[in-house]
Amino acid sequence: MNRLYELMAEYAMALDEDRLEDWVELFDEDCDYRIVTRENVEQGLPNVLMWCDNKNMLRDRVESYRNVNLYNPHYDRHVIGPLRFTDKKDSIFCFEAGYSLFQTSLEGESRLFSVGRYRVEAHIEGDVARLKSVTVVADTGLVPSLLATPI
Amino acid sequence: MNPEIAWPRNDYSRVPFWLHHDAAIYELEMERIFRGPAWSYLCLEAEIPNAGDFRTTWVGDTPVIVSRDKDGALHAFVNRCSHRGAMIVRSLRGNAERLVCLYHRWCYSSSGELTGLPFRKGLKGEGGMPQDFDMHAVSPRKLKLASCHGMLFGSFSDRAEPLEAYLGEFGTGIIKRFLSRPIRILGYSRQRIHGNWKLYAENLRDTYHASLLHEFFVTYGVDRATQKGGVKMDGRHRHNMNHAYASTDTQEDATAAYAGTAARLDRMQLRDRKLLEFKNEYSDGMNLAAPVFFPNALLIQINNSLATRQIRPQGVSAHEVFQTVFGYADDDAAMTRHRLISANLVGPAGLVSMEDGEAIEAVQKATRSTREGCAVIEMGGRGEVRDLAHRVTETPIRGFWSYWAELMGVEPAGAIR
Repeated sequence: MNRLYELMAEYAMALDEDRLEDWVELFDEDCDYRIVTRENVEQGLPNVLMWCDNKNMLRDRVESYRNVNLYNPHYDRHVIGPLRFTDKKDSIFCFEAGYSLFQTSLEGESRLFSVGRYRVEAHIEGDVARLKSVTVVADTGLVPSLLATPI
Repeated sequence: MNPEIAWPRNDYSRVPFWLHHDAAIYELEMERIFRGPAWSYLCLEAEIPNAGDFRTTWVGDTPVIVSRDKDGALHAFVNRCSHRGAMIVRSLRGNAERLVCLYHRWCYSSSGELTGLPFRKGLKGEGGMPQDFDMHAVSPRKLKLASCHGMLFGSFSDRAEPLEAYLGEFGTGIIKRFLSRPIRILGYSRQRIHGNWKLYAENLRDTYHASLLHEFFVTYGVDRATQKGGVKMDGRHRHNMNHAYASTDTQEDATAAYAGTAARLDRMQLRDRKLLEFKNEYSDGMNLAAPVFFPNALLIQINNSLATRQIRPQGVSAHEVFQTVFGYADDDAAMTRHRLISANLVGPAGLVSMEDGEAIEAVQKATRSTREGCAVIEMGGRGEVRDLAHRVTETPIRGFWSYWAELMGVEPAGAIR
């Protein structure tokens, strides 16, 4: 269990320190990462804000951020709440956790950027915990300005 | 009273920045455009398929309910209680025989008629409304409503021309292209951009920013100015469409054209190419089509991702972009998955669209402090506004301003239209 807490702590720190490549390495090759909104989930609608259905798509997104896309220069700060374990399927741990994500501009102005919860599937092999799937269910459906760096 | 605007030129090749910052201009836009003779996009018929279905939406900054009554007829009316002005419906959507205001339980039919209110006749002979109180006379204001192939538009003005004439052959034809088959709603996305709503309207009429600002387009070959394509407008130049045809340029054309820009045409390859896969499903072969309808609507196809967007002005310095993503009713599970993967390209987190929010906010921030400054709008030429069979143009922006100025009553002497 401690491994899973450490995994989510590293998840947050990697994003907050702009180590996006390290963040990608927390996932399995055969992974699924998506950001959906509570508005769609509650209506049973499948629309996604972001969907990578394997690790190569995550790598592509990060490479695009590094070399191609232009977005607001900012710092991220994730605050992830306690993990609540919901299921264990063979070696896969299923858990949820609330998050808040603050963004701070280069001039030091902070704003609440997104709040919601993670639905996570992860497994532990030896000393290493990895993410099989992360679904970000954002309560904040009204995206402030734009959504570039992952939640 | 018309505001004084000192247009430097009569062809709108100079547009004063202060028009994006002036509260009086904004109020006049709400009155003369959004509550005036323009047709605003409301929602899609497919969102309210059954008797009693309703959705809430916005026309400018006026809250509106769009509903289907028990006989299947469609209605649109202001979402504001006749009594004390509370929002009648506070949910996004629903199904109900009658709509009831929470404050004093005044009741409305799904066609927007006030049908009853508690204690109307008083209690035990005391109190109540006057005997001659006329419920019909105070019912919420209704909008004229019209559908073009299932895309619903509303207007507050009796002076509005018929929707078909407003959209023109250009508009009705392109909407039919998108909506000729039954659709299925896949969901919604929302984005708040801290800039004046007209900056977004301009962005949608500027075909040449796409391949420069949205470097993803060019780098990965989704859309380049060297592809065959162009801009088309309606006769009044208020609506327009940017479009491009898939696979109509070569790597050599593009490399030459983008030499000296930051574009990395030869170095970058996606590891997972399915993101850019295009399954042609239209006879015209376009892989990018983005028709825009004055004042608040966009239909957009990028490869197989399909959506409408509605601009919702929120005060002089902000607007929401509300996107409705759809597919076709006969899509199988694999096609729906493909559309959702393609949706990575568009929307608030879209790999080819995220920069728009940032660019618009950069304009809003930097232009607040100048009363004299003007945008320079000459790419594609000055003077007459006309269709072009190339994509190195922002001419439709001048078309937008010419119709804006006409509705606002602020055209310069000798204005082009």
